[in-house]
Amino acid sequence: MRDYLRTHEGEARIFIVLAVLMLFLGFASPTFFSAGNFASLMNNNAVNVIWAVGLLVVLITGGIDISFAVAASVAQYLTALALQAVGGGNWILGLLFAGAFGIAIGCINATLIAGFRIISIVVTIATFNALFGLLMFTTSGKSIYDLPDWWTDRVAVVSLGAGGALTLPVAAMVAAMAATWFLISRTTTGRQLYAFGDNAEGARRAGVATVKMQFIAYGWMGLMAGVGGLMQVNLAQEVVPNALIGRELDVLAAVVLGGARLGGGRGSVLGCFLGVMLVAVVQNGLNLLGVSPYAFKMVVGLTILAAISLSNVDLAALLAAGSRRRGHVGLH
Amino acid sequence: MLAYTERLGRVFGREVPGLLGLLALTVVAFGLTTPHFLSAANFDSIAFQLPDLGLLTLAMLAPIMSGGINLAIVPTANLSGLTLAWILNMNGGPQAGVFSFVVGIVAALAVGGASGAAMGATVAYFGAHPILASLAMMIFLRGLGEFLTRGGDISGFPNFLRELGHGAVLGVPVPMLIFTAAAILWHVLLARTRHGFSVAMIGSNPRASEYSGIPVRRSLTLVYALSGVMCALAGIVMLTRFNSVRVGHGEALLLVTVLACFLGGVDPFGGFGRVAPVFVSLLILQTLSSGLNLLGANQHLATAVWGLFLVAVMVARWVWASRVLQMMIARRIDVTRGRQGEDEGKEATSLRLEERPHE
Repeated sequence: MRDYLRTHEGEARIFIVLAVLMLFLGFASPTFFSAGNFASLMNNNAVNVIWAVGLLVVLITGGIDISFAVAASVAQYLTALALQAVGGGNWILGLLFAGAFGIAIGCINATLIAGFRIISIVVTIATFNALFGLLMFTTSGKSIYDLPDWWTDRVAVVSLGAGGALTLPVAAMVAAMAATWFLISRTTTGRQLYAFGDNAEGARRAGVATVKMQFIAYGWMGLMAGVGGLMQVNLAQEVVPNALIGRELDVLAAVVLGGARLGGGRGSVLGCFLGVMLVAVVQNGLNLLGVSPYAFKMVVGLTILAAISLSNVDLAALLAAGSRRRGHVGLH
Repeated sequence: MLAYTERLGRVFGREVPGLLGLLALTVVAFGLTTPHFLSAANFDSIAFQLPDLGLLTLAMLAPIMSGGINLAIVPTANLSGLTLAWILNMNGGPQAGVFSFVVGIVAALAVGGASGAAMGATVAYFGAHPILASLAMMIFLRGLGEFLTRGGDISGFPNFLRELGHGAVLGVPVPMLIFTAAAILWHVLLARTRHGFSVAMIGSNPRASEYSGIPVRRSLTLVYALSGVMCALAGIVMLTRFNSVRVGHGEALLLVTVLACFLGGVDPFGGFGRVAPVFVSLLILQTLSSGLNLLGANQHLATAVWGLFLVAVMVARWVWASRVLQMMIARRIDVTRGRQGEDEGKEATSLRLEERPHE
C-alpha cells in the first residue's frame, strides 16, 4: 500500500480531494449519495472516461491528440450511414464499424506523425480542422435522428433498484478501462509505450519499434474515439455532427489532472477515471446545491487551476527559491 | 533576385520567401478561376475579416515562442470586450462619450493583462504545464463570462464605434491598420528587445536560460501578460466590428491561430519563430477562405482546406529537408568514392569532407 502511494502520488492526491469533496457533498445534499445520482453521474461521464483512457495512451507515448472528438463525430456519422446501408445491423456490427472508422482516423494521424516526422500537436490540429470542415461541409451540419432501435434503446446493465440503472455506456467504459489497463500495465507493448514516451531515442536504441508505438497509440485513441462516439449516440439518441466539438479540451484537462504527464512516460487508467470524476462531481455538486448553472464552468475552471497549482507546489523547493532570490538581491 | 530573397529571409525569417510564393500562387489561382476575386471589394472583405484572427494569432504566437501555449485567448478577448462594453453601458450606452471609451479600453487591456499574468504566474511559479494552466484559465474565464452575461450578448454602443470597426483610412480598413501596427509592434518586441530575446531563449532551453541569468519566471509571467493584452486588443476590435459582445464569440478561431503559427514556421517546442511569416500565413489562410467563398463554398470547406493545407506544407517541408539531406549525403558519397584510391583510413576522408564547404 505504501509503495503504491509512493509510485502513484498524483492519483492519491486527487483521490483524497475527490473523497473530501464527496463527503462534503454527502452532508450538504441529501441526494448526493442516492443511487439515482450515482447512476446519472456514471452514465453521463462514461463517454468522457472512454475517451480519456484513449488519450492516456497517446499522452504516455509523449504525444497529444486534439482531434479525437472530431474523430468520434466522423465515426458516428459514418457508422450511422454504414448501418443504414446494411439495413439496421446490430451492436456487433456497430462496434465493428465505429471502431474501424476510429482506428482509420487514428492511423492517418500516426502516418503523418511517424512517416513525416511532424509533431503530434501540429498533425492533430490539422486533422481536427480538416475532418471537422469536411464533416460539416459534406453533411451541411444535418443531424441524423433516424437511427436503428437497438442503437438508441436504453440498455440497463446493472439495476440499482428504483434509483436507476447503470446503462450500456458504463459497461463500455469498464471494458475500455480494463482493456487499456491490460495494454499499458500487463503487456510488453505497454512497457515499450512508457519507455518510448519517457525517452524516445533511448527506447529506439534499446530496440523499441518506434513507428509501431505511434500506430498503437493513435490507433488505440482512434478505437476509443469510435467506441465513445457509438456510446454517445446511445445516450443522446441522435447524431449531431458538431455536438462533440470542444469536449476534447475538457477531457484533456481531466486526464492531465489525473496524473498523466504532457511530455510522456507517466499516467494511469485510475488517474484518468479520477480526473474525469473530479470535474463531474464538482459540476454535479454545484447542481445539487442549487448554484446557478451559469456559474458551473467558472467553478470547474477554478477547481482545475487550484488542483494544478497545489499538485505542483513543493514547499521545500519554494522555500529554497525564496532564499535563493534573497541571495541574488544581496549580490547586486 | 536570389540575393534579395536571401536578405528577405534573413530579416524576416527564412520561411517568408516560400510563403510569399504560396500566397502569390493562391492569389493567381483564384484570380484565374473566379472573376470577382481580384476586385477591390474582395480585398476589402479580406482586410476586414483578417484582424480578429490576426490579433488572436499574435496573442498565441508569443507564448508558443516561450515553449508554452495560451489556449485561453478567446475567452480573454471576450472578457476584455465585456469590460469595455460594461463601462460604455455604465456611461450611457449609445450616448457614451469618447472619454468613457478611452477609460473602457484601458480597463479592457488591464483585464486582459491581468488574466494573462495570472496564467503566466501559474506556469512560471507553480510549474504548471502551459497547456493545462491555460486550459483551466479558458474554462474559468469562459465560465466567468457566462456567469456575468447569462449567456446573452451585450450591445448598444455609441455610433463612433461603428466608424472604428467599419471605417477606413486611405482605403485601408481601420481594424487592418490596428492589426498591422500590432504585428509590427510584436515583431519589434520579439525580435529586437531584450524581453523577446529572453522569451526565445526560454523557449529553447529554460534551464540554460536560468543559469545564464535570464529572469525566467518574470519573463514567462510577462509574456503571458502581454499575450493577454493582445487578446484584449482583439476583443476590442471584435466589439467594434460586431457592435456587440458575446462570450464564446470567436471560439472556433482558437485552433486556427495555432494552425497559423505552425504554418508560419513557428517551432511547436518554442524558441524559434518570427512575426512576418505568421503574418503571411494569415494572409494565405484568409485568401483561401475568401476565394473558396467566392467559388460558392462555405466556411466549413475553407476550414477543411486550412487543415489539409497545413498538412501539405508540413509534408513539403519534410520532403524538402530530407531531400537536402539526401543531396548532402550523396555528395559525401561521391567525394568518398572519388578519393578512395588516395586515402587509406576513414579519418582522412571524413576530415576532408568537413573541409569541403570551403573548397
